[in-house]
Amino acid sequence: MIDVMYFAWVRERIGVPKEQIETSATTVADLVEELRAREPRYEAAFADLSALRVALDQDLSEFNAPLAGVSEVAFFPPMTGG
Amino acid sequence: MSVSVQQAAFDLGQELAGFGQGQDDNPRRNIGAVVSFTGFVRDDSGALDHMLIEHYPGMTERAIGQIVDEAVQRWSLGDVRVIHRYGVLKPGDQIMMVATAARHRVAAFEAAEFLMDYLKSRAPFWKKEVNADGSEWVAAKDEDEDALRRW
Repeated sequence: MIDVMYFAWVRERIGVPKEQIETSATTVADLVEELRAREPRYEAAFADLSALRVALDQDLSEFNAPLAGVSEVAFFPPMTGG
Repeated sequence: MSVSVQQAAFDLGQELAGFGQGQDDNPRRNIGAVVSFTGFVRDDSGALDHMLIEHYPGMTERAIGQIVDEAVQRWSLGDVRVIHRYGVLKPGDQIMMVATAARHRVAAFEAAEFLMDYLKSRAPFWKKEVNADGSEWVAAKDEDEDALRRW
């Protein structure tokens, strides 16, 4: 089980801020493919990965990063702080 | 060093009073420069009702903490204060502030700019502009990403 979080328009497209997902994906990219295959709302959120960022256990990461040992994955658009 | 991620407004005067000067019983006398920056909600079109700022609790504090640590090391800062607000903010409201204290002016200015550049695109905040016709997420700008390269 892995906690998956969504922020900003990713959260709006998927419809929930957080969910627990049972997955055997070994990388972030594999997890994204699994989600995209689930339902159109995931496909809508993950259609363009270049428009997305990912954090693993609250550290900014990459889509090719392994998921081993990770408990929290977050997907969001590029950040707009300041 | 202190970082606050909060909904509440802040009082800039109060935040800067005594900043970088240590405590009354343990004063610091090697600070020659304090620089502060305050960001406000801007309404260019005249149609903005409010801005909604979302963040990632936990990661936000962690990311800002890492950026602050790097600035402190690189510019040998005596003190840093960062406040970033979230939630509903109206045009003219303060969004955030950074303050840096250093021995010399150049370090204080540079560190404040570094902090601002990194907060803009590496701290997990997202802004949504809400007006009478609807709402829109603010897109990140290429120049914000480019701004990181100078550091």
